[in-house]
Amino acid sequence: MRRLKEFIIEKLILVCGLASIFFVVLIFLFLLKEGLAVFKTVSPFNFLFGKSWYPISEPAQLGILPLILGSLMVTVGAAIISIPIGVGCAIYIAEIAPLKIKEILKAGIELLAAIPSVVLGFIGMVTLVPLVKTVFHLPTGLTALSGSIMLAFMAMPTIVSIAEDALYSVPKIYKEGALALGATHWQTIWRVMLPAASSGILAAVMLGIGRVIGETMAVMMITGNAAVMPNSILAPVRTLTATIAAEMGEAVVGAEHYFALFAIGVVLFVISFAVNVTADVCLHKRQ
Amino acid sequence: MKNPYRTQNIAFFFLLVATLLIVVPVGLIVIIIIQKGLPAINWQFLSEMPRQGMRAGGIFPAIVGTIYLVAGAIIFALPIGLLAAVYLSEYSKDNMLTRLIKLAIVNLAGVPSVVYGLFGLALFVVFFKFGASILSGSLTLGIMILPVIITTSREALESVPYSFREVSLSLGASKWQTIRHIVFPNAIPGILTGTILGLGRAAGETAPILFTVAAFYLPRLPKSIFDQAMALPYHLYVISTQVPNVDEKTRYGTALVLLALVLFMNLVAIIIRYRFRKKKKW
Repeated sequence: MRRLKEFIIEKLILVCGLASIFFVVLIFLFLLKEGLAVFKTVSPFNFLFGKSWYPISEPAQLGILPLILGSLMVTVGAAIISIPIGVGCAIYIAEIAPLKIKEILKAGIELLAAIPSVVLGFIGMVTLVPLVKTVFHLPTGLTALSGSIMLAFMAMPTIVSIAEDALYSVPKIYKEGALALGATHWQTIWRVMLPAASSGILAAVMLGIGRVIGETMAVMMITGNAAVMPNSILAPVRTLTATIAAEMGEAVVGAEHYFALFAIGVVLFVISFAVNVTADVCLHKRQ
Repeated sequence: MKNPYRTQNIAFFFLLVATLLIVVPVGLIVIIIIQKGLPAINWQFLSEMPRQGMRAGGIFPAIVGTIYLVAGAIIFALPIGLLAAVYLSEYSKDNMLTRLIKLAIVNLAGVPSVVYGLFGLALFVVFFKFGASILSGSLTLGIMILPVIITTSREALESVPYSFREVSLSLGASKWQTIRHIVFPNAIPGILTGTILGLGRAAGETAPILFTVAAFYLPRLPKSIFDQAMALPYHLYVISTQVPNVDEKTRYGTALVLLALVLFMNLVAIIIRYRFRKKKKW
C-alpha cells in the first residue's frame, strides 16, 4: 500500500518537474495561435518592417518598425548608461569596498531590485521627466532619453549582482599571482580579473538588457507613447511592450488589432528567449 | 611612464562614483516617497472605498485585491514549484531532459511581464472562459513566479548535506520518506525565503494583471474568485496617468503603501535567510 502511494507521489513529482517545459511551450503556442492570425491581413515583411502603426484606421496599418525602433532606442540608451556604471559598481563592491560597507551596498542594490516597476515609473514621471524637459528645453520631458535613464536603473541591480558573482568566482590564484608579480590592485583587476570573468559579466549584461527589453509599466509612464518613427533620442517613442499594454484594452477579442498585438507578443517572446538562452550558455561555458 | 598608483587612484575614484550613482538615487527615491506619501496615510485612507472616481476616499479594495491575488498566486505556484524543485534536486539525472527543464525555467524567468499578461488573457480569460477575474489573475501571476520558487527551493533542498540522506536511506527509509521527513524540514527556511520573495514580486507586478483581472474603479470588495478586483500596482498606474486632478499626496500615498508592502516582504525574507544561516547545524 505504501509502495503504491509512493509510486503515485513520485510520478506527481515528475509531472511537476516537467511543468516548466509545459508552461513555456504552452505560452509560445497560445501566443502563436492568436498572433499568426494577423498574417492573413498583412505579410510578415510588412508587419516587421512597415513604418506606420495605425491599427484603428480603415484599413489598418500594422507595421511595427516604429515600435521596434522605440524599444531599440530605449534599450540601447539604457545599455550605454547601465553597463559602465553597473560593471563599475560590481568591481567596486567585489574588490574595493571595505567589508562593512559592502553589506550595506549589497542591501541597497537588493532594495533597488525589489522596487516595483510601476513605482519607479511613477517616480520617473514626477522627477525625471520635468528635469529632462527643463534641461533640454523641450516641449515635453516624455522622451526616449528619460525612458533610457529609468530603465538603466532597473537593469543595474541585475548587472551588478551577476557581475559581482562572476568577479567573486575568479580563482584566487589569478589575483594572488598578479599581485605577487608586482601589479597594483587596479592593474590586477583590469588586466587579469575582468578578462577572466568576462563571460559571466557578459551574461550579467545580457540578463540586464533582457529585463530592459521586457519592461512595460515604467516605459509606458515616461516615454510618451508616440507610436511613430522616432527621429532623435529626445523625442517621445513607444516600445513594443507599451503598445501591447496600452492598446489591448481597446482591441476587441478576435479582431485584427487583437491578433496584431499577439504577434508583437510573439516577437517579444522570441527576443527574450534568444537573449536569455545566450546569457545562460555564457554563464555555463565559464565553468 | 605613468605612475600606476595614480592610475589606480583615478580608476578607483570613478568606480566609487559609479557605485554612488546607483545607491544614492535609491535612497532618494525611498525618501521622496515616504516624505510625500506619509501625509496621505491615515486609517481612512487604508480602510475606505474610493469615491469620486478615486479623487477621495481610500484604497482599501486595492489592498484587498492585491492580497487576494498574491494568495491565489502562491496557492498555485508553491505546490507545483516545490515538487518541481524536489524533482530537480532529488530525482533528475544529468541528461538532456534535465537541461531542457533548466532551460525552460530560465526562459520563464525572462519572459516579459506583459507577455504573461497576453498569455493569461488568451488562456484563462478567453479560452477557459474564466473572464477577467481574480482566478485568471492569480493563475497568471502564479506561472510568473514559478521560476523564482523553483530556483530558490531547489537551492534550499540542494544545500541539505548529502550525508543526511545517506543516513536515512541506510536505516531503511524509502526515498520519498527521506525527502519528506529529513530533507524537506531542513530546507524549509530557504523555501520560505524564496516563497516570500516570489510573493513580493507578484504583489508589485502590473502588466500581467492589466488584462486578466484589474478593474479601473470598483468601490466594493470582490465577492468571489470570478469577480474583477482592484490591485495596488494597477491603481497607482491609473491614478498617475489616467485620472486628472488627483491630489498629489494620494498618488504618493498609494506608491508608499505598495512600496512598503513589497519592501516589508523582502525584509522578512532576508531576515529569515539571515537567521537560518546563523542557526545552521551543519
